[in-house]
Amino acid sequence: MALSASELSVGDTYTECLVEDLKRTQIVMYAGASGDYNPVHSDELFTKEIAGYPSVFAHGMLTMGMTGRMLTNYVGDGRLTKFGVRFTSQVWPGDTLNSTATVDGIEDGIVSLNVETTNQDGVKVLSGYAAARLD
Amino acid sequence: MAVDKFPVEASHIMMFARSVGDDNQIYHDDEYAKGTEPGTVIAPPTFAQASAQFDPDYSLRPKVGQDWFGSGKEPTGIKREAPSGGGGGGGGLHAEQHFEYHRHLKPGDVLTATSKPGETWEKEGKRSGKLIFSETVTEYRDQTGELVVTARGVGVRTERPVDQ
Repeated sequence: MALSASELSVGDTYTECLVEDLKRTQIVMYAGASGDYNPVHSDELFTKEIAGYPSVFAHGMLTMGMTGRMLTNYVGDGRLTKFGVRFTSQVWPGDTLNSTATVDGIEDGIVSLNVETTNQDGVKVLSGYAAARLD
Repeated sequence: MAVDKFPVEASHIMMFARSVGDDNQIYHDDEYAKGTEPGTVIAPPTFAQASAQFDPDYSLRPKVGQDWFGSGKEPTGIKREAPSGGGGGGGGLHAEQHFEYHRHLKPGDVLTATSKPGETWEKEGKRSGKLIFSETVTEYRDQTGELVVTARGVGVRTERPVDQ
């Protein structure tokens, strides 16, 4: 399950599709689970007429949460020691997201990864880093 | 944000994992989890963010007896100033989030969270006018006082909605 230092090289990559055709309902699920009920994520009327956006959009933390799934599938459960991101573009209902981890370094039993999530148009929506313990 | 009591519960972990589309059994199946390296159900890596549920003053949750800025009959129930810092407030967006895991959360943990403001800075944005960034550092400690997760969030207030 976990990664082994002896089998990893700098530049190795791991990619997963995080979501295809993101549904508004999934955004609502994230609002309910996380407790972030900002109406810009679920309330189309408010978002268009008051906030001034073309539609509701995903929580950055939903994109980070889904990206975290890619990471734990790659490095194994309970192995992450660090995970940080910048949200570089908004994620909208209907988006399809792919996420890639790239091995940036291996030192003292810890792998450092560059992390990037892009949408169907190749626009980067999240960029960041992670670190995980290796076998 | 200050949270005096954030009980980490199995059903909450299950719902949170579902919401990020993660059906990994380690987030909901005790028997399966026993055979894994952690040896127990654990929480997904971004779960600490759900501490918002346990912050009595969290501004992005409707509260009994208080106006809510989302739509009802009208597009908004109130004109209000958005909160600053932390995650995306009304009018604000979440710019960055960083976690350091000293250990992973599991059902039965009872956490406290204390936040302190970090740096504030400004930038001129092409798509949204002036950007004002503010940082918040949150420490999550368990029932024994041990530091388990350190989180750093950066919120950004934009002059106008981000051009699409």
